[in-house]
Amino acid sequence: MKKVEAIVRDEKLSVAKEALKALGVAGMTVTEVKGHGTQKGITEVYRGRQYAVDLLPKIKIEAVVDDKDVKKVTDAICEVSRTGSIGDGKIFVSSVDEIIRIRTGETGEKAI
Amino acid sequence: MSRISYVFILMFVLMAISSQTAWAQDGLDTGDNAWILTSSALVLLMTPGLAFFYGGMSSVKNINNMIMMVFLCMCLASVQWVFWGYSLSFSEGNWMIGGLSTVGLHGITPESLSGTISEYTFVAFQATFAIITVGLILGAVEGRMKFGACALFIPLWATAVYDPVCHWVWGGGWAGNIGILDFAGGTVVHINSGAAALALCLVLGRRKAANIRPPANVPMIALGAGLLWFGWFGFNAGSELAADGRAAFAWVVTNTCTATAAFTWVVCEWLHRGKPTLLGLASGAVAGLVAITPASGFVGPLGSIQIGIMAGVGCYFASVKMKAALGYDDALDVVGVHGIGGTIGAFATGLYCTKMVMGPDGVDGFFIGWGAEGITQLGKQCIGFLSTWAYAFVATLAVAYVVKATVGLRTTEEQENTGLDLALHGEAGYCLETAPVGNLKS
Repeated sequence: MKKVEAIVRDEKLSVAKEALKALGVAGMTVTEVKGHGTQKGITEVYRGRQYAVDLLPKIKIEAVVDDKDVKKVTDAICEVSRTGSIGDGKIFVSSVDEIIRIRTGETGEKAI
Repeated sequence: MSRISYVFILMFVLMAISSQTAWAQDGLDTGDNAWILTSSALVLLMTPGLAFFYGGMSSVKNINNMIMMVFLCMCLASVQWVFWGYSLSFSEGNWMIGGLSTVGLHGITPESLSGTISEYTFVAFQATFAIITVGLILGAVEGRMKFGACALFIPLWATAVYDPVCHWVWGGGWAGNIGILDFAGGTVVHINSGAAALALCLVLGRRKAANIRPPANVPMIALGAGLLWFGWFGFNAGSELAADGRAAFAWVVTNTCTATAAFTWVVCEWLHRGKPTLLGLASGAVAGLVAITPASGFVGPLGSIQIGIMAGVGCYFASVKMKAALGYDDALDVVGVHGIGGTIGAFATGLYCTKMVMGPDGVDGFFIGWGAEGITQLGKQCIGFLSTWAYAFVATLAVAYVVKATVGLRTTEEQENTGLDLALHGEAGYCLETAPVGNLKS
């Protein structure tokens, strides 16, 4: 079981969500996050006063999937979320020790 | 018995004052009275409009505090006006300040007249000017003034600064008597509040750099500017104190100048910074409204366009460049927009005023008549704005130090870091649930 954490542009949420649904990913958690990587941020000017905004809003999609599905899922997210410009985001994949469905008490892959 | 005779004497004084203008003529004009009552409501709406304008520009953690301070002016300046503000401004006094004959609106009855309108209509109309003038100052103090200090500052400032300057210009004081032109309050309202804002923010001191934040809500600024633009028709066209052609004229030049200044400000920042902003559009509109205020009953439509250009360029650079160069922390640019805009308007009144609008007793400004008359008028206008800047600045310093010595002026650093909304009021401006994860179903 792997957790896929994809940080994408906020306008890419809906296409990424549809792509995951098409692959049969059962559930996901979506969070509004702020951060920066290579993209250095932007400058906002209000009445001539400049504010450096170096933490930019992004969307984080978290989904836990079977080991065998990881490649499909990450490829799909990359494909729909890529614009080719700096700021497209990143995907982190990590191992998940255990999953427990609270309602039934099921554990492991059955609970995905 | 003595009370009745006292009232009788007061009535007699009032009759003596008003008989020169109204009672000798034909009494109350219902059309005029209806328009000025309407204008009073329009001008009152400018204060909540100003609260939104300033609130939107405040930091997200001080937005309630800013809106509440401006609203507080409606509470405290309204009552001060009835107690003694109206009397100090408009009852018979000396060159400097009015007397105490109408304290508590004593002796004014529903039958009392001021010109062709009820005196109560005049009281109401002028009250709304006093309220917004105090409110304008408070844009300078974003995020660092004690609320109690604000509550004390409002009535003290209205008494020590607004009432005398109002009397100078409109209540029979020296400025009106020597022929300084101020139709709707370029000196009384805008230079007065701009100079006061400079004094108050100097006494308060600068904000910590970390507490200087981007505007919390730019659309709210646009809402406030819209309400100000709307209410300003009462301010300027109402200042004719009659429902006549000159009032309509003031309406047209007000709209024209504002439209020009709003666009000019945007063009300035577009050329200077590369991007046109909504904040700039809203700021330019207010700058135009300010600049046309003293001129609105005196200048022609083409003059008003030129004043609009001067206001757009002048207030933009005053807010963006002058503030940074001089280093005072006037948070929301009261000095740049109201002080400088009012000064531009007061000066330009001497350039563009015309007998076409003012009638045969009027003056042709320097750019209209190119004569000595225009130069004399320009000189008077300069005396008017210089003395208002000087008096308002010095008297506000005095008021600020009185407040500082009694209840204290500035919030603690910890309160400022937390934000005044939570630290002083215990309520947050925004409690939003943000989960925009739904899609529109097609």
